[in-house]
Amino acid sequence: MVIILTILVLLMIVSAIAVLIFKDLMNAVIASCMISLIAAILFYCLQAPDVAMAEAAIGAALITGILVIAVKRTKRFEE
Amino acid sequence: MRKLIGILLLAIIAGGIVLSLKEIPFGIPKTKIGQHFIEKGIEETGSTNIVTSVVVGYRGFDTLGEITVLFTAAIGLGAIFSTFGKRKTGIKTEPPSLIVDTGCRFLFPIILLVGAYIFFHGHITPGGGFQGGAIIASAFLLMYLGCAGKRIKGNAGKVIEVLGGVTFVGLGIIGLIIGKEFLFNFLPKGEPNTLLSAGIIPIIYIAIGLKVGSELSGIIDNLINRSQ
Repeated sequence: MVIILTILVLLMIVSAIAVLIFKDLMNAVIASCMISLIAAILFYCLQAPDVAMAEAAIGAALITGILVIAVKRTKRFEE
Repeated sequence: MRKLIGILLLAIIAGGIVLSLKEIPFGIPKTKIGQHFIEKGIEETGSTNIVTSVVVGYRGFDTLGEITVLFTAAIGLGAIFSTFGKRKTGIKTEPPSLIVDTGCRFLFPIILLVGAYIFFHGHITPGGGFQGGAIIASAFLLMYLGCAGKRIKGNAGKVIEVLGGVTFVGLGIIGLIIGKEFLFNFLPKGEPNTLLSAGIIPIIYIAIGLKVGSELSGIIDNLINRSQ
């Protein structure tokens, strides 16, 4: 269990760094979605299903959608 | 040089956080109130899900505050976008393909059903009004992104939002009328772990779910329609 949680946390850190590195903002949005998704899995593993549901619905679905709309309306590539 | 200073400051902050968190004994109950909620929660509120019994039962007034915060945020966003008016800057979006369109139409009612299930069963299984409302709003988001030309029409969303808020406050005031405190659970508790149990808690959670769902859908509607 501890090994799985460690791998998930490391994946979260990797995707957080990826958000900073990506020049294509659509990729960065998907990477930030991945942070929320892994956070939801972690909450579920730590026996907080209520918070996991909220995190998955708001962090992974709604915020990603709103950021996709924002990228669509502005520029897609960072200079 | 600036990067070096930034890294140094970050290191100091990280060290401070680590030092302060090391002193906290995690997992040891410091107060007795948590133990009381776990032991007496089901008996006192009738709700099997202890999180719900705290959020809507013991701390119902705080939840009213949370709802108000979300309501204010939605109103603020609506006010800002209403100053823009409906203008068009000429961004052309290509229509979704047949597969995307059909998939979204197929998934939309299923996601709505899952959201409704989550807030109807908020007092039995994990989840509740906020989670169910967010899932309903994500169904509308999917429809806005995936289906061409499908939009919310009329004022149904606003009416549902208002009715949800009125139900919550009204149920609270009934508690005052019959001579107890605000948000007093005046309905019979029923048998725990059944759908019709826990008195006013499921009614309040259904109201919250509908309110949050229509509010977040309204925010998405504003963001997509007004910013075009």
